[in-house]
Parts: sequence; C-alpha cells; structure tokens
Amino acid sequence: MNKKKNRREPLTDTQLLMTITICIFVGMYLLAMLLFKGGFLHPQQVFDMLNDNAPLIIVSCGLTVVMITGGIDISVGAVTSLVVMACVLYLNKGGNIFVAILLALGIGLAFGLIQGYLISYLEIQPFIVTLAGMFFARGMTTILSVNPQKVEHEAFGKLRDAKIVIPWLGYTAKNGNLVPARIELGVVVAIVCVIVIFLLLKFHKLGRGFYAIGGNQTSALMLGINVKRTRFLSYVICGLLSGISGFVFMMHTGAGNATNAAGMEMNAIASSIIGGTLLTGGVGNVVGTFFGTLTLTTIKKIVVSSGLNDPWWQSITTGGMLCFFILLQSVVLARRAKSKKA
Amino acid sequence: MQEHSLLEMRHINKVFPGVKALSNVDFTLRKGEIHALMGENGAGKSTLIKVLTGVYQNDGGEISVEGTKIHIRSPQDAQNNGISTVYQEITLCPNLTVAENMFIGREKSAFVLHKNYEKRAEELLQELGIPARGAQILGSCSLAVQQMVAIARAVDMQCKVLILDEPTSSLDDKEVNVLFGLMRDLKARGVGIIFVTHFLEQVYEVCDRITVLRNGELVGEYLTEELPQVQLVAKMIGKDLDELSAFDEVEEKHFSDDDVFYEATGLSSSDALPFDFKIHKGEVNGFTGLLGSGRSESVRAIFGADKVNGGNVKIKGQNVHITKPIDAMKHGIGYLAEDRKRDGIIADLSVRENIILALQVMKGFFRPISRSEAEAFADEYIKVLNIKTASRETPIGSLSGGNQQKVILARWLLTHPDYLILDEPTRGIDVGTKLEIQKLVLKLAEDGVSVTFISSEIEEMLRTCSRLIVMRDRHVVGELTGSDLNQTQVMKTIAGGEAVNEE
Repeated sequence: MNKKKNRREPLTDTQLLMTITICIFVGMYLLAMLLFKGGFLHPQQVFDMLNDNAPLIIVSCGLTVVMITGGIDISVGAVTSLVVMACVLYLNKGGNIFVAILLALGIGLAFGLIQGYLISYLEIQPFIVTLAGMFFARGMTTILSVNPQKVEHEAFGKLRDAKIVIPWLGYTAKNGNLVPARIELGVVVAIVCVIVIFLLLKFHKLGRGFYAIGGNQTSALMLGINVKRTRFLSYVICGLLSGISGFVFMMHTGAGNATNAAGMEMNAIASSIIGGTLLTGGVGNVVGTFFGTLTLTTIKKIVVSSGLNDPWWQSITTGGMLCFFILLQSVVLARRAKSKKA
Repeated sequence: MQEHSLLEMRHINKVFPGVKALSNVDFTLRKGEIHALMGENGAGKSTLIKVLTGVYQNDGGEISVEGTKIHIRSPQDAQNNGISTVYQEITLCPNLTVAENMFIGREKSAFVLHKNYEKRAEELLQELGIPARGAQILGSCSLAVQQMVAIARAVDMQCKVLILDEPTSSLDDKEVNVLFGLMRDLKARGVGIIFVTHFLEQVYEVCDRITVLRNGELVGEYLTEELPQVQLVAKMIGKDLDELSAFDEVEEKHFSDDDVFYEATGLSSSDALPFDFKIHKGEVNGFTGLLGSGRSESVRAIFGADKVNGGNVKIKGQNVHITKPIDAMKHGIGYLAEDRKRDGIIADLSVRENIILALQVMKGFFRPISRSEAEAFADEYIKVLNIKTASRETPIGSLSGGNQQKVILARWLLTHPDYLILDEPTRGIDVGTKLEIQKLVLKLAEDGVSVTFISSEIEEMLRTCSRLIVMRDRHVVGELTGSDLNQTQVMKTIAGGEAVNEE
C-alpha cells in the first residue's frame, strides 16, 4: 500500500474477519494457558496441534479457494482417505516413495479435474457433484481394503519419523530429561501450501479471478474473466490439495484405515468459516483459514482439558463456536454496511 | 454533418418470432456529442442498444464506426470496436479494489501488481475527477462512484462510443450532477455518448440531440434546443398536439369528503417518494406519467408490495397500518400487478386454481375452499368475464395474454374488494379485451368499488378516470379533474412547464 501518498485504506472485509479470528485465537489460547497451565504452557502444545492437523490445514486451504468462488467441495475428506489407503497399499507392495507421492497427487488431481469439469462446464450443482465424489471415494477406499493397513516400508519409515527438532523450545520432563520440541515434516508441507495459496490468491490473475467470481459472477464475465475455466481451476486446486493432504495424513499416522479423515470435510468447512471465509463467496483468506483451524483445535483441546472427555462434548462446542463465529461475522459485516450507508 | 459522424446505423432491422422489434431504424452519433435515445416501453431502444453491443445480431442494415463497416457478433466484438456500455446494474465486482475493477480481465501479465494498478488507476481517476482511490474496495464507494469507475474502465479501453443505459436511475440529484460533469468532460475529449434515460429533465440538461423511437420505428432525430418538452412527450407517446382534442367527456362525479375510502398522507416506500393520495367510494382515478415516473411504485406502496417506510393511512377514516400485501387485502384492497408474468399468474396452475388464489390466501390455508365451491366460482367468472379457455382446468400459461389478465381480474373480483388497483391491466392484450376491461372498471365503480387505473395509453385513462394524478421524475406534479381531463393538458403536465392545475 502506498502509504506516502494515501491515507491508509480501511480493512477489507477479508482482512477484518481474519483479524478477528487471529485475536480470538490468541485470546483463547492465553485464557487456556491461565486456566489449565500444564500442557498449554509448553510450545510443544502448539506444535502438536500442528502435527495432528497438518492434513486438515491443507484441505481447508483448498476448500477456502473453492468457497471464495462461491462453491463448495465436500469430497475432500473422502479423497484424503482414499489417497491414504491407496498409498499404503502401494508402499506395502514395495513401491517407490516418489511414485507414491505422484500417486497421491494423481488421485487428488483426478477428482479435482472430473468434479471441476462437471461443475463448471456442465453446470451441475457443486454440492451434488462433490457429494457423489465423496461417496465414490469412500466406497473406493473400502474396496481397496476393509481392514486397517500399517505401512511396512523402510524408506517411508524414515520419512515418517523425520522431525525438525528445536531443543531450546523443549521442556524438561519430570524425570529431568530435556524433551526437545518436535515438528513433523507434514507441518512444513502445510505451511508451504498456506503460503503458496496465499500468494496465488493475492497476487496471481487466477486468484483475483476467484474473488471476482465469488463477488459477482455476471460482472466477472462482463469484465472479461473466463468464468468457467477459473471455476474449473478452483476445484482442480482443491483436489490437488486433497491429494497432498492424503500423503501428509499417511506420514502422520503411518497406516491406512477406511474410516480415516472421517468428517474432515466438515472440519475444513468449519475452519474456513471461522477463518473468515463467507459461504456466499468473494471474501476469505487462507491465513485466516490457518488460524481458523488452530482455533477449532484449541477449542477441542480446551474441552478435553476441562475434563469433558467424551467426544460429543467436542462436537457440541464446535457447533456452538461455529454458530458464534457466523453470528459475529454477520453482525460485524452488517454494522459495517450500515455505517457505510450513513 | 455526415463527415463528423462517429457511429452510423442504417436501416437496422431486428425480428423476433412474431414481433418486429426494429424496422428500418437509422441512428447517427457524432464525435463529441451526447445523444439521448428516447422512447416508451417497447419502443425498441433497448433492442437497438443490444444490437449495438452485440447481445443481439441485426437482421438487416449496417453499422459503421468512423466510416468503416463493422459486424458486431459479441459484446467482446463491440468493445474491440471501441463501443463500451455502462449498464444500470453495476457490472463490477464489489469485493475487489477500484483499481482491480478497472484492469481485471484485461491484464497481460499473470501476476497482479497491486501497486502498479493502483498508480495507473489513481492517475486516470484524478484525470477524470472521480472521487475514488485506487486501493479502495469498490463496495465501499457510492453507487454513483461505482458507475463512474465503470466509465473510467471504458475510457481506459479507448472507447469511442460510450453507451450509458439508465445510469441515473439509482442515483440521487447530487450524484447525477457529478455524473453529468464526467459526461461533459468525456464529450470534450471527443467521445460520443448515447444516453438512455426516462428522466426528461436530464435529457434537456446534458444532451445535444435526441432520437425518438416508437413501436420499433424511428420517429426522428432532433436537436435538443429545437424540441420542446411537450413535443418530445407527444412524439414518444405518438400523438401530434394538433390532433389532440378533448376526448369524450367522462360524466363528472362529485364526491364529498365523507365518502373517502382510502386516504394516505406522506406515504413512502423503499421505491416511492412520499406522496399524498385519496380515493372516494365509487371513484375511478388514475396515475399517469411516463415509464419510470413512479406511478407503479406509488400504487405498490398503497398495497404494501414494497417495503413501506412512512406515512399515515386511513381507510374509511380509521387509521390503519398496511405494511404487507395481506394487510391491504384484509382491508379490502386488491392489486393487479403490472408485470402479469412475474407478479400475477402462476403459469402451471389451472385457471380455477389461479382464480381462487387470493380468496384462499385471505381465508387462510387452514380453511380450504372446497373443490365444488371453487369450481362454481371459476365457472361463474369465466362466464361473467367471458374468459376464453378450453376448460377451468386448463393451465393458465396456455391462455392468451388478454384472457390471462381476465383470470387475474377474476381472482381479485372474487375477494369482493372495496378498492381495486389495476396497474397496466391492458398492456399487451387485444383491443376487444381492452374495451371489456374498461367497461368492467366503470361498472365496478357504479357498484361502489373504488378503482385506481394505470395505463400507458392516455386515451384509455381519460375514458375511465374522473381524476388523474400526474407524476414526473418520481414526484406528483399535478392532479387533473373535470375540464382539464384532456390529452393536451395531460401531456403538458407530464412534460412540465406550463400551467399545472392543482385541485
């Protein structure tokens, strides 16, 4: 922004919602530190949240892209699960690790291409298309293997166990040993994804096209944007990220299971929304989504730390938080629109 | 004159199935002029604009820009030939910045360099005197500024011909003035501007020339200073002033203030400016004015069809609140909407179902009208109104326009309204049916029903109404009764200027 000549522009809706999310995340985390001390005081707590949720961060990025165009993709969780299972089986047959990565990307891309084609060029409702995609991917996963499969592969074992170790962020365990902070490779992949998508959305023609379509599709067309191709590519990107997410998921768990990543699409939608992406399109940002994921995870951790160990408490609080965020967003945006008019 | 012409359209024809939308229309735009394109609904001006912008292809005739013959096959084609259009609806993205809106879709590099864009945008905005910053989000600008950003985009695309299609309809007076300033500036640069609007005064404020179309034909091209406003109205409506004489007098009725059925003071809605209005029992009155003058918006406010913002309403002297159609219906008001296809018929339902709809709504859906009752109602009105339908079970969509209109009339008559508002009941229907509807209106009035009648055809209104409320540019500008009810006077009042007789 040209600060010398201009006065600072007010925050855009996207920036405003993102800022709110970041503030809430930080506030919530600080609160957790005060209330529960223990785990929350160690940096490793944050790293664990990232380690556990790297795949979720990646699919949420893809979903954010699609949601910015005003679309939706609910197949992401199932595709992730399919990728995990396919890669596990391939590796267990003694496959090459690089081919496995290509396989993961290929499956994700295939879903992106087909779903994107059906949605943009044949103009079928994205919800329906990706619902079909979801069932299809879940079914395929079960066909590949009903039973859980553990990866027995030497090279993969090394990759899985590879961690970035930061001793000075570690803590001293009760027995007096220093436990260094550990970050899995998947987190690095996730952060790279966030940065790449952020740059794409902000500075690339295609990314601006996503916003334009989400803002007003007819206008985008009149402004000379190839609406169909742009929408198509948003689903391709989302599919590709689901593929990456699948591989990262496998790196984290080291096993394939037909119920992997169950409900992940809903968590991803929740993350995007909490991060300030509007379901109506045109507003959103992956940095917001990243913090949306962390917020969602922190809520769950807090619920567990409060002793409400049963899984339904997590669902209930997630639901409540989602409602709260959506309410907050609409109140903030409505107030803004009002003050603009006056 | 010809050597300065920028755009020439010669003998343009456009035929739609069953309708000749444009026949042999000529249009000439010169460099550096603002040219108004005028005409009532269905005159063919939007068809002409669409031919020019490549939305439609002409079936005959030729178009040339600066002497070169061109074929316009798509909006993109039009833009490449230097013809840009700014529509009434803003066709920009509200969630992007002003700068992005000016350059998106035209950039050559794959990367968006925001600073570069914003700098170029600032320069152009400053040059054109548009009060916006490049980095500003478009949605945070006023509608007028958004409109101007669209114009700036067109200017940056080196447009020679700029079409402004109803650009002022959602702007307030101040914004309109800023827009006009910009238009004059562009004119000085040699851009030819085609200005389409309903607002007569705006035409006289900025335009150099006026081309009038009527029923798809060219009426003529005039210099603005040589065409008085009354003449313009006459040409748009299609009557020469000399031809106009007093129409057969409607028998004058006198109403006492005790008989007032409905009275509104300062009534306003989201679309209508505050106005006063009253109607007596058994009176037929009408709102007249050109399209866009606010006549429909006013009656919609009476019925509560748009969001009512303020004003006092009395029915039979009692204060009432009418905020939604059902309130109005419960107070005995019926409203036949202007757009039959959109607001009136439910095309897939049968004639019978369409007829009983309003009554059923009033009774509430928990007290259904029995089948036999409904059939009796339907048969009765099919007979009374002489509706030509294969049977009462025929889907209404397959009936002719006039018969559809009668069914909708039947729907309201069945509710036995005390006050019926008919907005353009005779549009697009044959002459015979028109007369039947007019007779029906008069008969209803004799039976003590108050009727407000709106029609684009002044004769029709003179024949039926005993009082005419004249609107121009969304304001009530006159009320005509008695001997003033003749076409000349109506037209003068619509056009403004000469003596306006207030009641």
